[in-house]
Amino acid sequence: MDLDSVYRAEYGPCVATLTRLLGDIGLAEEAVQDAFAVAVTKWADALPPNPGGWIVTTARNRAIDRLRRESTRDARHAQALLLNQPDEPEEVGPVRDDQLRLIFTCCHPALSPLAQTALTLRLLGGLEVPEIARAYLVPEATVAQRIVRAKKKIRDAGIPYRVPGESDLPDRLPPVLTVLYLVFNEGYTSTSGELVRTDLCLEAVRLARALAGLMPDEPEVLGLLALLLLTEARRPARVGPSGELVVLADQDRSRWNRELIAEGHDLVRRCLRRGQPGPYQLQAAINAVHTDGPATDWTQVLALYDQLLRHSPTPVVALNRAVAVAEVHGPAAALAAVDELDLPGYHLLPATRADLFTRLGRTAEAVAAYDEAISLVGNDTERAFLQARRARLGGT
Amino acid sequence: MKQYLLAVQLDESKPEPEEEFEAMLTRTGQVTEDMKSAGVWVFVGGLEPSHASTVVRPGDGTVTVTDGPFTETKEQLGGFWVIRCDDLDQALAWAGKCALACGQSIEVRPFGEIPQR
Repeated sequence: MDLDSVYRAEYGPCVATLTRLLGDIGLAEEAVQDAFAVAVTKWADALPPNPGGWIVTTARNRAIDRLRRESTRDARHAQALLLNQPDEPEEVGPVRDDQLRLIFTCCHPALSPLAQTALTLRLLGGLEVPEIARAYLVPEATVAQRIVRAKKKIRDAGIPYRVPGESDLPDRLPPVLTVLYLVFNEGYTSTSGELVRTDLCLEAVRLARALAGLMPDEPEVLGLLALLLLTEARRPARVGPSGELVVLADQDRSRWNRELIAEGHDLVRRCLRRGQPGPYQLQAAINAVHTDGPATDWTQVLALYDQLLRHSPTPVVALNRAVAVAEVHGPAAALAAVDELDLPGYHLLPATRADLFTRLGRTAEAVAAYDEAISLVGNDTERAFLQARRARLGGT
Repeated sequence: MKQYLLAVQLDESKPEPEEEFEAMLTRTGQVTEDMKSAGVWVFVGGLEPSHASTVVRPGDGTVTVTDGPFTETKEQLGGFWVIRCDDLDQALAWAGKCALACGQSIEVRPFGEIPQR
């Protein structure tokens, strides 16, 4: 392990712990960055046995030094907090509960969705502002400003640094799950440029694992983790030798990650036993069917989509269900379902229609639908895929 | 402890019938009583509609006085509570009760300073 990977792994947990010790996210970040700056010189020869513990202890001492040099009321208050911590053993590592507190703070509904995601990636994932800006197609200045504003709001509005009580969880858990889901999706099919951003996928899986480890009794948390694992398991087969997109039906299943699939299946079984299926559990179940045996059982998939649509009657779910309808009842039935949908600007709607027209032999309509999808798609790999499909139809 | 302003954003374009207004007053009065029993209440005030507003603007050493509210929008400040809470979550919980009681949106805003005791 080198310093870079220690930074990636420990930045979030250390900031979370320091935030608890200092009561201020901004100070916590400065202290952790100070400690990593010291680590660069101190760790030149070898890493300490407990790098996270080393960073927390060093950051705490640096924070005390820094606060002693300052004389504002806030600094004195923060210093008092730090000095009044009960004696902790030397080199105590980051506490996992602190991360959970920080996730809930970052995803507080009083913050805008972009701020929630940006702050989660920055504080928990240790991602830099330019990386977040690239992932979300927004200017760096916008991301930086949102993060600064969100941290100020957490402090000035008094957003608490804690995991909400049992009775508040139903309201407060969904944005947390949404943020992790969005981070993963952005990694799995980036909105621009390359198809996959592996770092975002792995970060989302890591955070979902942390959440599931901390809240093993929440079925939707397990459902989300299962969904991410079962999707992540297929990632190696999703791109062909020359970087082209390979759709599910054409994927080489031997390239799927068997361990992740086994773990995902196990989680799906565990949460379905609870009998409280939510949208993430249902999506996980659909992916469990896709990854079970040598071919997808589309009847089961369609039944699960019917259930998901009752739960989340959104046009995107309806579009995905239509893909299953095509496999079970044929492309004409699917086209009828798709024609009712309105998803302005979403390239997968015309892409799906194009595929259904192709299967029905309605070539001219298929070409027009591919053209529309190509004009809307942002990801280079997906565009190349659509262009290849269109080219196969011939004509102009 | 922080103080929060819970400001009622009243839609003045939809005046309420008399009997509904009375029922609203009863409900919001009950929320105020609950705030008092919970020890978070600091102040409450209901405002006359914005047609009763007058704006005084600074000029070059003098002021000008004009009729009407500062900005002409559909929603105007209709009334407010000031409460003292541990954190935003507690303030939001009270704001939720206020919103349901008066049927209007509530803007929750922290006060900038901790007042002297």
